[in-house]
Order: sequence, then C-alpha cells, then structure tokens
Amino acid sequence: MYRIVYKKRLNPTVTSMDILAPFVAKKAQAGQFIILRTDSEGERIPLTVAGYDREKGTVRIIFQTVGATTHRLSLMNEGDYIQDFAGPLGLPTELDGLSDVCIVGGGVGCAIALPIAQRLSELGCRVTSVIGFRSSDLVILEDEFAAVSDTLHVMTDDGSHGTKGNVCAPLSEMLKSGRRFDKIIAIGPIVMMKFVVAEARPFGVPCTVSMNPIMIDGTGMCGGCRLTLNVDGKRVTKFACVDGPDFDGYQVDFDEAMSRLNCYRDFERHAYEKECNLLKKGENANG
Amino acid sequence: MANMSPKKNEMPSLDPKARAKCFSEVATGYTDEQAVDEALRCLGCKNMPCVSACPVNIRIPEFIAKVRDGDFEGAYQIISSTSSLPAVCGRVCPQETQCESKCVRGIKGEPVGIGRLERFVADWHNSHSEPKAENIEKNGHRVAVVGSGPAGLTCAGDLARLGYSVTVFEALHTAGGVLVYGIPEFRLPKSIVQREVDNLTSLGVEFMYNMIIGKTLTVDELFEMGYESVFIASGAGLPNFMGIPGESYKGVYSANEFLTRSNLMKAYREGSDTPIMKGERVAVVGGGNVAMDAARTALRLGAERVYILYRRSMEELPARREEVEHAIEEGVEIMILCAPTEILGYENKENPRDEKNGFVTGVRLVRMELGEPDERGRRRPIEVSGSEFTLDVDVVIMSIGTSPNPLIKSTTRGLEVNSRGGFVVNPDGLTSREGIYAGGDAVTGAATVISAMGAGKNAARAIHEYLSNK
Repeated sequence: MYRIVYKKRLNPTVTSMDILAPFVAKKAQAGQFIILRTDSEGERIPLTVAGYDREKGTVRIIFQTVGATTHRLSLMNEGDYIQDFAGPLGLPTELDGLSDVCIVGGGVGCAIALPIAQRLSELGCRVTSVIGFRSSDLVILEDEFAAVSDTLHVMTDDGSHGTKGNVCAPLSEMLKSGRRFDKIIAIGPIVMMKFVVAEARPFGVPCTVSMNPIMIDGTGMCGGCRLTLNVDGKRVTKFACVDGPDFDGYQVDFDEAMSRLNCYRDFERHAYEKECNLLKKGENANG
Repeated sequence: MANMSPKKNEMPSLDPKARAKCFSEVATGYTDEQAVDEALRCLGCKNMPCVSACPVNIRIPEFIAKVRDGDFEGAYQIISSTSSLPAVCGRVCPQETQCESKCVRGIKGEPVGIGRLERFVADWHNSHSEPKAENIEKNGHRVAVVGSGPAGLTCAGDLARLGYSVTVFEALHTAGGVLVYGIPEFRLPKSIVQREVDNLTSLGVEFMYNMIIGKTLTVDELFEMGYESVFIASGAGLPNFMGIPGESYKGVYSANEFLTRSNLMKAYREGSDTPIMKGERVAVVGGGNVAMDAARTALRLGAERVYILYRRSMEELPARREEVEHAIEEGVEIMILCAPTEILGYENKENPRDEKNGFVTGVRLVRMELGEPDERGRRRPIEVSGSEFTLDVDVVIMSIGTSPNPLIKSTTRGLEVNSRGGFVVNPDGLTSREGIYAGGDAVTGAATVISAMGAGKNAARAIHEYLSNK
C-alpha cells in the first residue's frame, strides 16, 4: 500500500498528488511512468511521473479525471492508501548534450513536460516553453514553468489567458524567424503532437514526442501499447512501455495511435457514468 | 487385486454446453472411490519408468500405493517432498507426453491416470488442512527470486525448505505469473494458485509486489541488499505479431493481452473496471495451449463463433489433445491449413469521425498445404496460390509465441543471452555471471509449466550447492 502524502487540485479536473513510494522515488527520471491501481478490484492505469523527491521517497503524479479510475483517485485524500504503485517504467527522456530546447506542453501534458524542463534548466540548457490550454480555468503549472524557462509562451484556445491560439502559433513563428532548437520535446494530446511535428518537419528540427497508449502491465508482457513507426520506409511495431514512451516524432503513425486510444470509448463512458451515479447515490444516502 | 481395466477412470467434467458459458472449472476431479479404483490400476513397476519421465521426479508408484490404501495425506506428503505445486501440476502438466507416456499400462490400453490422481491428492490435502507455519531452521543465507510464476515459486519453495531466507520479487500486483494472468479460471482456478502461494508463505517465503527487477531494482542492487544469489524466472516477454497489414486495428489482441484482461484483471466478471472487446465472431491465430485458452475464453465471454486458425494439420497441432478435445466439445471451430495474410478493418473515407473506423471487420486467409519436413521434423506449410478467402470476424487474437523480456538483460552487465534473447545457462541453470541463475521461459522461450518447475527445482539445487561451498 502506498500513502498519499500530499494532494492539491490544480484546476477543476486536474489533481496533483505526492505518493510515498521510496523504491520508485529512488529511481524515477523525467519521462518515465508508473502503473497504479486505486484498490484491489481496480484497473491498472499508467501515469507519467510529474516529479519526485528522492529524500522524502515521494513521487508526484498529476492526472486529469477522464474515466472511472482517475475519478476515484481524484476523490482520495491525504493519508489514504493506493493499492498498487509500480515503477519507474519506460525509458527516461534523453536529455544529454542538449543546449537549446523548446518544450511544448498541452493541457495535462504540461505536468509531464515540467520535470523535463526543470531537468534541462538544471543542466544549464536554454529552455523555451510553450504551454497551451483550452481556457484560463484550466491553466496549470504556469509559475513552475516560468521559474525554469528562459522564454515562456502561455496560450489558450479562447484567449482568456495568455495569448489566444494554439501552441503551434508561437512555435511556427520562432522557426520561421530562423530560430533553430537542438530539439523540440512535445507532450500533450496526440493531435497536438502531430501538428507540432508537422510544424517542425520543414525545418528539420528533431522532435521527440511522449506517447500514452492504453496499457495493462507496463512491463512488456501484453503488447496492448503497441504503435507503428515509419522507419526508412518500413513499418515497425514498437511497444510504448519498454521502447518508449518517448519516440522520434517524425516516425510515429499518429493517426493510428489516435484511433487505438478510443478502443474502449463506449465502455469508459459507461463506467464513468456508473461511477458518478454510485457516488451520487452514496452522497444522497450520507446527506 | 489390481484393476485390469484397459481404460482410465473417466474424469468427471461439466457438460460442454453449460460450461462453454461460464468460467467454472471444467474438470471436477475424482471422488475418493474413483481415485482408489484408478490407483489399483498401477502395477507398481520396480524400475519406475514414469518417475524418470517426470521433470521433477515425483515418486509416482509410492504415492499411488498410498492412494490405493486410502492414505491420501500420506500420498500428499510423498508428492510434496519433490513437487511444490501439486494442485497446479495435476491440472496443467502434459502428462501424456511425460509420466503417463512411459506407463506400462499404456502399452495395451490407457496408462494410469497419474495426473488425475496427483490432482485428487493435492485437492484432498487442501480441503482437509490449512497452511500452517513450519518451523524450519534458517541457515542465514538470503536468496532473491525474480518472478513468481511456476519456476520462481518452485525454486523459492525448495530453497525455503532447505533453510534459506527467500524473497520473491513480483512485477505485478499478485503472485503466480502465467498461472494467474495466462491460464484461465476454468482450467486452473485462481484460488488453487493462491493456496500454493500461501503454502510458500507459511514456509517463510517473503513476497514483494510491484517490484520490476531491471527497473525498480537492478539485479546488482539485489546483491548490494545482501542477497547472495539471484534466480531469474521473469518469464516470456513481448508477444509476437505476424507483421501483416492491419494488426493495429482495434480488436486485434495478443493472446497475452486478451487473457490478462480476462484473467488477471477479471474482465470476465460482470461490472469489472477492465474493458475487453468480447467479440461476436473471434479468430484465434495459432495452435498451442495458449490459443486454446484464448479461444475457450472468448466463447465464455459470449462470442457466437470462435475459430482457431492453424497453418498446419491436426496432426501437428501443438496443444495438448485434451485441451483440443475440450475446445471442440465446447464449440470452438478449428480451421486447419490456413494462414492470415491481412486483417481487414472498417474505414469510412468520407467520414473520419465515424466511430466504427479502425475496428476489425475480418481476416484475409490463404489456404496452405504441407510440404517437406523442416529442420525440426514438422512438415512445412506452403501457400496454395489463388486460394485466398475472407472470414468475417470482429476480434483477432494473435497466439504465436513471445520473445524474451528485455528489462533485465538491458540493465544487467555481463549477462549473456542467445540469439532469441533468452538467458544462456549451463545445465545447473547458472548464467554467465557468478551467483546468478535463470530458468523457465526467460531461458527457453514459451514452454510448459512443468518444465519451468523443473528448471526452478534444478536451480534451487545448484544454488544450495553454490552457497554451501562458498
């Protein structure tokens, strides 16, 4: 069992938690993920590591309520215990030798992008961050990004905070004005990463993306997290859990990954509604 | 007086029609009377050919003699002196190619039902006793076992009995490895695996869950923590796919994923948190035991038609005869001499938002014929040109083997692996590094439960020898 030692709501649907998991905390690196189960009947879900404190033995997760499990997790409090918390899984983000990087984060993806920005800043790298959200009430981690970025662009789709527009706009402008990064690291919804890669491609700037497919074991056993890369004209199957989650954005088949992600859409919708109804019933009974 | 019937006492089983819709165990086991009657068929041969054909050398005629005399607990004690998991082996061992294949009674008729008797004895013991802590004097040595599948459990049990302090590191949230994520409830109830794990706990074996060796801790760190020897039994790894078009459509599973969702994550239960695409028409590609398990699981989840697609003929089908018969009785259709060339999916080019886009609609197959035997003696399947046809299905399950998991090899210096990625070991199970042993599927690639147990047993003996002389 793994204790929740700190909890904070970052916006109406995004929650940050520090979990006491000393073995994981000791090893975790930016870009890796964990698998958790809230209770003994729950499903296994992967969440990317949003931070860690090796001395305190805690690992930070930041998650958005998107289904039954994340909803249940979001209702747990400091002092509660999570049934299972395994990791760190996947390969860390490659940061060696980089001196000028553009980090692009979208929505809750910013939670994963932040530790990478922090690590790059520690390494003395010039960090340009572009973070995007739907609207002002969904903005998270702005101050944290500001603290480690040489330049920060905050974008909202509706212009209610920062600059109106999506993350591609400032990126495109920088690239067109001749700015060349060693690397662009994009983390967010698949469609966002797809468009970031499309912006970068004409300029040949290397682009790493972080993939978050459906997983079960996370250790290279089930094959559910497979995705297709186009490598030198050949289609190659890779497993996000052991080969990733980071991949060369120029190689990833984003359309296929997007399609695979909604495999259980009907089931998830149903499970989430059921979960919410159960909770409502519980609240009514208590009230 | 010996029972000279040429036939085994039949195994009582649930009716095929009823069982094909539920996850209850198919074979229900011998009664006391049936067990004694079957035991009377054993001739008690002096040279014991059956024992030499058992990977863990269970003293078969001795335990059967105890059954014959009605001393079921005595029979259990004999089995458990060499086998750590009798209730499991009695269910999933391929006895027909091992102990029973050498039974003298098998020359003129059916061999003695050794597996059925083993299962009877183990079940009898389990329902007549509770696991209780045994007082074993500790010898002060610590051993780490990586993985809690059949190889790991066996090795841990044997070492614990010898006085070692054993810790089993399991990556998943529960113990049993393939016995819990792979083999379905109707063939091996999970309560039986749990009971075997409880037996080990009562021997003093410690289990640590959510510990992915190679990630959470490395093998070298285990030594730093004071373990003097490590047994790697991390099992088979990444599932193989065919490399044909369409394998990324939604509805294409590896057998590992399909079975893990159903077994480990309990998707077969109403109201489970874990989703699974049950399918109305399901095709399983491959002919091994895992393929049979997947097909029978699909049937129980409610599929109307379930096909096994196998590229050779019934003769070459690698699954156990009994599993194939059970599958056919339940309604699984075995299509031999055909191989998939492409998986077809729904694509609405006009509406990319069509929710059906990307889901499996069928599989393209080509007929095969058998040519000359290959290097392993199996006749090579050859495509019959122009024989392609389409089978309408909505779920395809790939059950064509696995490749070893890369996590330990990539984080442990000096561990030699072969061309297929399995650990290289000597006959003792010793790897290329001192004190590190390996066994089971992590060495051989996908194989049987009993051969993994044999490897676990073998390694336990070698580790004992190594640490005794250190």
